[in-house]
Amino acid sequence: MPDAGTLCVGTLALGVSRAYRFNLNGSRLEAGERQLAIEDIRLAFGGVQALRGVTDEVRQGEIHAIIGPNGAGKTSLLNCISGLYRPQQGSIRFFDGDRDHELTKAAPSSTARWGIARTFQNIELFQHMTVLENLMLGRHVHMHHRLWRSLLFVGPAREQEIGQRELVEEVIDFLEIQAVRSKPVGSLAYGFQKRVELGRALAMQPALLLLDEPMAGMNAEEKEDMARYILDVNQLAGITVILIEHDMGVVMDISDSVSVLDFGELVASGSPDEVSQHPKVIEAYLGEAAAR
Amino acid sequence: MATATGIYHTNYRQDLALRQTRADWVRLALLVLFVVVAPFVASPYWLTILNLVGIAAIGAIGLNILTGFTGLISLGQGAFLAVGAYTSGILVARLHWPTPLAIVAAVLLTGVVGAVIGLPAVRLKGLYLAIATLAAQVMIIYLVRTWDVVTGGVDSLVVPRPEVFGTTIRSDFIWYWVILAFVVVATLAALNLFRTGLGRAFVAIRDQDIAADVIGVTVWKYKLWSFAISSGFVGLAGALLAHYRSIVTWERFTIDVSITYLAMIIVGGLGSVAGSIYGAAFMTVLPALIQRAGQAIRDVLPGLSQQLPAVQLGVFGLVIILFLIFEPRGLARIWERIRDYFRLWPFRY
Repeated sequence: MPDAGTLCVGTLALGVSRAYRFNLNGSRLEAGERQLAIEDIRLAFGGVQALRGVTDEVRQGEIHAIIGPNGAGKTSLLNCISGLYRPQQGSIRFFDGDRDHELTKAAPSSTARWGIARTFQNIELFQHMTVLENLMLGRHVHMHHRLWRSLLFVGPAREQEIGQRELVEEVIDFLEIQAVRSKPVGSLAYGFQKRVELGRALAMQPALLLLDEPMAGMNAEEKEDMARYILDVNQLAGITVILIEHDMGVVMDISDSVSVLDFGELVASGSPDEVSQHPKVIEAYLGEAAAR
Repeated sequence: MATATGIYHTNYRQDLALRQTRADWVRLALLVLFVVVAPFVASPYWLTILNLVGIAAIGAIGLNILTGFTGLISLGQGAFLAVGAYTSGILVARLHWPTPLAIVAAVLLTGVVGAVIGLPAVRLKGLYLAIATLAAQVMIIYLVRTWDVVTGGVDSLVVPRPEVFGTTIRSDFIWYWVILAFVVVATLAALNLFRTGLGRAFVAIRDQDIAADVIGVTVWKYKLWSFAISSGFVGLAGALLAHYRSIVTWERFTIDVSITYLAMIIVGGLGSVAGSIYGAAFMTVLPALIQRAGQAIRDVLPGLSQQLPAVQLGVFGLVIILFLIFEPRGLARIWERIRDYFRLWPFRY
């Protein structure tokens, strides 16, 4: 059970303040402490070198953007962090107070248990389940699953469902998806599905949130909404966000630090301003002539 | 009947209830009425059919947990039924265990066997898994036929009538209530399973296994759980079949049985507990009706009644094809649509 004592107060733009009972941030670190240390990651698929010795660092409480042209290895890096890919070389260490984890040899279900949540570039929701069920699945790692209790339902299983539902309802409130709560996800509009996927990740009370192109295929208004939710997640809940995004305006506006990948190599890393001035970044995006 | 404008819950407990509206309760009452009255009015022939429907329903719920809810195709249903039937039958007939204890043992053992047979599912899915379970089906039936010392081989195993509290259960009428009790328990257990996180994890694996892994569902472990739970239900159906029929022979558990059960859940509705029961009823009653029809027209069309088994297979195939084309979500969805039609009447939506 999440610690119900933590009070997290969100102040909305309208001046209405709302008190949330649950702290969605699962990290035990203080803001600014090193949370993720990626060291010399090499990943190859046969002859294709997807990542060629990437070294990077992410601190607790920041929005860290990973940018780069198509095929640069951004999603591959995210997949290494969440345990979907096993890099041939290098290490990814995930710090969580007294507990540190090595992510390169971990299964995705283990990284999830340690507090790493993610969304996918192409929405990977459970299409036939309702929004509520999808979010409840986000609570999976925080629940105890006992066969006899499940079959019996009345008693501990029901209490657990109701207890977890309270946190999930806060996430639903946070993302303003109350109206579609009991709709099957497959029937929802694309923008809503993206939001539900963010909600499922948030319901995990993550220490680190990986977002793979959360704004792909959205119009300007939807992008603004999504940017607002990401900022809220980061600033109100204090969750570290690693973000892959192609919209440079969004990246430069909301991120605290940016890493640039090109052909599997880290070409630049730093604040948005530093990165946008970096000659190698200009070369990667606009070509050699522009860099000169 | 007047309908409310919507369902307004004031707490989460209400939202989790299986029956939420008055109409739900009325339907349940009608169902209970039917179930209670049926054995008093049914002829012996139809009473037997009803009993077989009940046993098939438990088996179909089991298969639906695996195939409909977890998305793992199994062609080993017949073998799992055989494990349940032989376990319970042998324990009672040879080791003289009390029947209830033997049934419990059959459920547990079939669950374990199911988990072992499910091991390939850790790496395989889809058609490859279907082939792996087909192999299990063939192997288990082969074992049953050749392991004479234990199973009696190709000879049938005779199971004595069960004795409970000093009375022997003999008549179809008493069997009806026994089977009904098991059906109710199995149905509630399955419904409960999918109201909790364990069942949700199964559905997550069916819908999107990579995402399930990423949110922390250890996919291989839950696939094996699904096999075990599903097989437990099927084992119960097998054990009941053994005691109800009092004769166990391997011929009742061949690959045809596996296919028939798959047909049940396709026709009834994949991923629906109620659909499993509809499908079991449909697939058990249909052959009986075809047989009746065949007897009725025996004098008119003497040639046709000889072709009855062929007609039966043809109709089976036709029904499955029609369902796949017109209502892949089965009888459960058709029922939902009928319900919605009356709920919304006179409006279209």
